[in-house]
Amino acid sequence: MTRKQRRMNFVMLGLATLGTAAALVLTALEDKIVFFYSPTDLVTKTTIPKNQQFRVGGLVKEGTWKKPENGLTHNFTVTDLRHDIAISYKGIIPDIFREGQGVVVLGKVQANGIFRADEVLAKHDEKYMPPEVAAALKKSGKWEGGKARAE
Amino acid sequence: MIPEIGQFALILALVISLIQGTLPLVGAAKNRTQWIAVARPAARGQFLFVITAFFCLMQAYVTSDFSVANVAHNSHTLKPMLYKVSGVWGNHEGSMVLWVAILAIFGLAVAEFGSALPPSLKARVLAIQGLIGFAFLAFILFTSNPFLRLDPAPLEGNGLNPILQDPGLAFHPPFLYLGYVGFSMAFSFAVAALIEGRVDPAWARWVRPWTLAAWCALTVGIALGSWWAYYELGWGGWWFWDPVENASFIPWLVGTALLHSAIVVEKRDALKSWTVLLAILAFSMSLLGTFLVRSGVLTSVHAFASDPDRGVFILLLLVFVIGGSLTLYAIRAPGLKGGGLFAPISREGALVLNNLLLTTGAAVVLLGTLYPLILDAFGGGKVSVGPPFFNTTFVPLMVPVMLAAVIGAMLSWKRGDIAAVLGRLKIAFIFALIGVGVTSFFAGTLKDVLAAFGIGIAAWLIAGSAVEIAERIALFKGPVANSMRRAAGLPRSAWGMAIAHGALGIMVAGITASSAWRVEKIQLMQPGDVVEISGYSLIFEGAKKINGPNYHGDRGIFTVTKDGRTIAALTPEKRDYPAERSQTTEAGILTMVSGDLYAVLGDKNQSNAAWTTRIYFNPLVAWIWVGAILMAGGGVVSLTDRRLRVGAPKTARQKTRPQPNPVGA
Repeated sequence: MTRKQRRMNFVMLGLATLGTAAALVLTALEDKIVFFYSPTDLVTKTTIPKNQQFRVGGLVKEGTWKKPENGLTHNFTVTDLRHDIAISYKGIIPDIFREGQGVVVLGKVQANGIFRADEVLAKHDEKYMPPEVAAALKKSGKWEGGKARAE
Repeated sequence: MIPEIGQFALILALVISLIQGTLPLVGAAKNRTQWIAVARPAARGQFLFVITAFFCLMQAYVTSDFSVANVAHNSHTLKPMLYKVSGVWGNHEGSMVLWVAILAIFGLAVAEFGSALPPSLKARVLAIQGLIGFAFLAFILFTSNPFLRLDPAPLEGNGLNPILQDPGLAFHPPFLYLGYVGFSMAFSFAVAALIEGRVDPAWARWVRPWTLAAWCALTVGIALGSWWAYYELGWGGWWFWDPVENASFIPWLVGTALLHSAIVVEKRDALKSWTVLLAILAFSMSLLGTFLVRSGVLTSVHAFASDPDRGVFILLLLVFVIGGSLTLYAIRAPGLKGGGLFAPISREGALVLNNLLLTTGAAVVLLGTLYPLILDAFGGGKVSVGPPFFNTTFVPLMVPVMLAAVIGAMLSWKRGDIAAVLGRLKIAFIFALIGVGVTSFFAGTLKDVLAAFGIGIAAWLIAGSAVEIAERIALFKGPVANSMRRAAGLPRSAWGMAIAHGALGIMVAGITASSAWRVEKIQLMQPGDVVEISGYSLIFEGAKKINGPNYHGDRGIFTVTKDGRTIAALTPEKRDYPAERSQTTEAGILTMVSGDLYAVLGDKNQSNAAWTTRIYFNPLVAWIWVGAILMAGGGVVSLTDRRLRVGAPKTARQKTRPQPNPVGA
């Protein structure tokens, strides 16, 4: 086999691998990525496919976190200080979950309008704000000097 | 006083690294022996000063000197000694000092043990190492000085994030950095070879041990990190495709490819420019990983408070290193002469396939990791790319790699006979079929059927590696003593490969079973309540208050019984660290060969004594880490091969002294 033929084999194999990878990636990007919305987006944007899983983030509104009395379902409200969304989550709330702090939840909106979370992400310390939440607060005009504006 | 010594040591190291990075390079180009000779003392000096700085910082941590801002922000007098020491690298500034310390140690190793290297190559390698050291030392001194003082000094420190106070995590960063920095050696050798314009088998014999050592350390580092995530985060998961996990996994994939392609350069004098490219990419990906973690551009558990200056600095460094080395590659690589020819079906061919798939896999993971950034930059909205993406894109690419790993290892060089190899692998194929058959017999859903194939691949890898070794030592084909003698005479690299490939099989079995057949139960439990899970009964005995050295909290007690016999007690904890003002969850885990029982204690109910509890059964999950550690062990065995010993003669039989100039060989 000549050097040229060998190189050609190499190139063909490479192209086949890349082609397969590209096909896999493009299909996955179609339906395997998860969008992030702020509570305001959920009210104002009409194009959000509500039957899909997505992420919502903001601050846990003060005074809304009801710990379960005789069940496992936690209820709380996430706010970007302009609009709110009610969340319900069955399971153990992460250690670093506080009212007034940033949180991101992953789940779906149910028929009754309540967002049913499958995952609650609050794995950061109290100094840290998830960037998505910071951006959502900036967009709602409630962000001042690196902090959520106290109301 | 001591922190100032550390500071001065860093500045001196910066100056020396600049000398180390320039004079030998010019000296090698102009053939000036004295300038070349600067490299060795410079590497020694750099080592001396960086290590001094490292121990000065450690001294500040051990004695809790809170007049040093870094210590005040990250330590506390009540912290156990292990975490005072590991606190040195548990933060951004200190971890960068660890980075250059490891770099300096490796530089010293080349300077001291590299006497068999041609002087000009050695000078150039050390010079590139010097330049990398210069960049990182400048980064430390100008953007993240660990020795900044506080005046007045606070009486008490802020403490280390309690989830980081863990033995697994104490050693996770040093191993990762050994890996990253180890790839810098391969990078320096690659760039030096491009400048020299020569890549030959002797070069590969030099690069391979460094790559192999780096790869072993990186494997252990990633395994420790994932093990920590498993028992510390309390989610029962061990890999989240978190950007920072990916940041260490991408260099690992490229490094694995490099490891394999360097064999082809060494044995067959082929794939030279490709191997050089991989060496450049492996280190570039390590740097990119550092950038992603340190700049805070990606959300993750590791995101330290971000500082835009640092991000810009590392970004410039990335542009310079990756851009510079690739430009050099573009100019010099076409001049590298290709070596031995081979047919597509051959050992070389299989290694090319391995390389293509591993690098494509690395590219897919990189794309998935960066996609949210790219989309956001173009105003496409905020997205997250999680496990579903990686499972559908990355996993299918790895299936052929694993199938080919066994076949490729048995193909002969140059031209292989695939039918004959498949015939020799009959037994492995039968084992794989049994694996698929037994597991799909119990399968209920499509997911189970896919998982059955995962188990089949695992069996294929394990049995295939065993067959390979059995054949080479002629097991069952003669007296046992004969086989034993052959086993002892088999090159360590052959053992290493078989162990690593078999270990990969063990890992695949663990990954498949724990992802597909995990059982999770969440419930409220009062003392005396029982949960049944996967044949085990867990009786909740209640919870009691506990007091640790720097925390207090609750400890739940579960008695585990199987068939009426008590086999263990699980004691998950919820801890409150007052100094750090944060809580952690300590899972209660019973590790068995068949799987882990994993209990987490949640919140206490306000009105009665009920606790929220979460119980998992994770089948075969421990196999993942056993496999990973064995895989690194395979690398270590291979590293002890005579052939890779520094300055070793070419073959085991050759009893001559090491040749002073192996490049000419």
